[in-house]
Amino acid sequence: MAADKKIILRVAEILINELKLEDVTPETFDPDTDLIDELGIDSMDLTAVVLVLQDEYNITINEEDYPKLSKIRLIAEYIENKLKEK
Amino acid sequence: MKTVSTLLDPEWHERYKRISRLNIRSSIYDVTNRCNLRCKGCFFFSSDEHKKSPDEMDIAKWDAFVKREKERGVNLAILIGGEPTLYLDRIESFYKQLHTFCASNGLIKVPRERFPDMIVGISLWGDEEDEKTLRGKDTFSISRRNYDGDKYAYYLYTITPRQMGKIEHIIKKIRDIGLKVQMQILSNDENVDGFSWTTKELSDLRQEMDEVFEKYPDTVISSKYYHEVLTTGTMLNRKFGWMECPSVTRPLDKRSPQPKRLIEFIRWAADLKTMHRCCTSETRDCSTCKDGAAHMSWVMVNKRAHMQSAKDLKNWIEVYEMFAKLYQFIPW
Repeated sequence: MAADKKIILRVAEILINELKLEDVTPETFDPDTDLIDELGIDSMDLTAVVLVLQDEYNITINEEDYPKLSKIRLIAEYIENKLKEK
Repeated sequence: MKTVSTLLDPEWHERYKRISRLNIRSSIYDVTNRCNLRCKGCFFFSSDEHKKSPDEMDIAKWDAFVKREKERGVNLAILIGGEPTLYLDRIESFYKQLHTFCASNGLIKVPRERFPDMIVGISLWGDEEDEKTLRGKDTFSISRRNYDGDKYAYYLYTITPRQMGKIEHIIKKIRDIGLKVQMQILSNDENVDGFSWTTKELSDLRQEMDEVFEKYPDTVISSKYYHEVLTTGTMLNRKFGWMECPSVTRPLDKRSPQPKRLIEFIRWAADLKTMHRCCTSETRDCSTCKDGAAHMSWVMVNKRAHMQSAKDLKNWIEVYEMFAKLYQFIPW
């Protein structure tokens, strides 16, 4: 499933804001960058991002699903699936 | 944008990947309020934490409690006390359900037929003379006999100011029985005369710790960055203290802004209901706390802060590896 470009850009923007990432924009952020192996984000970082995503999309993200959220593209696909379930 | 692979060469990147997904979630458990020693400077007794709640005596309740802790996501149980080995059935409740580390003064040997691979950290407070002064007896001689050659035990060597220039002597004794050692620093909670640190002594100590680490790499589990952070109380120009400590019990943590911290960390009392404020005692002055695990954790939870340069990130990796080795998430 190809993730919606708008969601990908918004997830990238949230990550940039929450993690205070420098030298990157939503447009230049590679959605296939591994957030743990490459960006070094940890559970606490991910929790901060998840809280914003839950509010923004009015969805619930269970902690057991965190390991699936390892790339922006995968997060976007996860959000799309959650929105379809509603 | 700085990424791990732009900062690290392939060898270091592999080391990073080996630890980056371990997701260690620890909590600390007082197994009992009782101890077979009464050490001067023990945070547990000097702060009267042992009087705060009674021991839970029903072993079925311990089993059920550990099950709930596992369901809460804890994957590393750190057992302290009191002296945990006074209650082997309580230790067993943890050991059969969770990855378990047990701190002990080493006077009672953990029976290996019952706990074949449980990690035991044996406390040691300086040399034989210091131990007699601070703990009332030379436990080192006894624990060395009990754990000679044990593959899953190591020493938690708490260095006192009187140990300056004599650390190697202790490290050699530990090496000679085939054990590993982690070095820590006495916080001197009871202000015992002659056991408080000066800045100069801490600076000299850092150098001495570096030297034994270089000389005995197969015995000393450590990193130079850990020595730096522990002896200076400083990490990336930030001072350790209450607003930085990562090891505060989650439900009691009302700090704002919330610092980077251990996820869902709790230190439980032996009644299995009471929570203590943090990994040491709430009477301790956080600005002078020298708890080794808290300082390691402080580095570990601040991973992204260490992504400003390759040197910083390598320092972070070494401290994380040290922690992972001490709790056997990766081999020694």
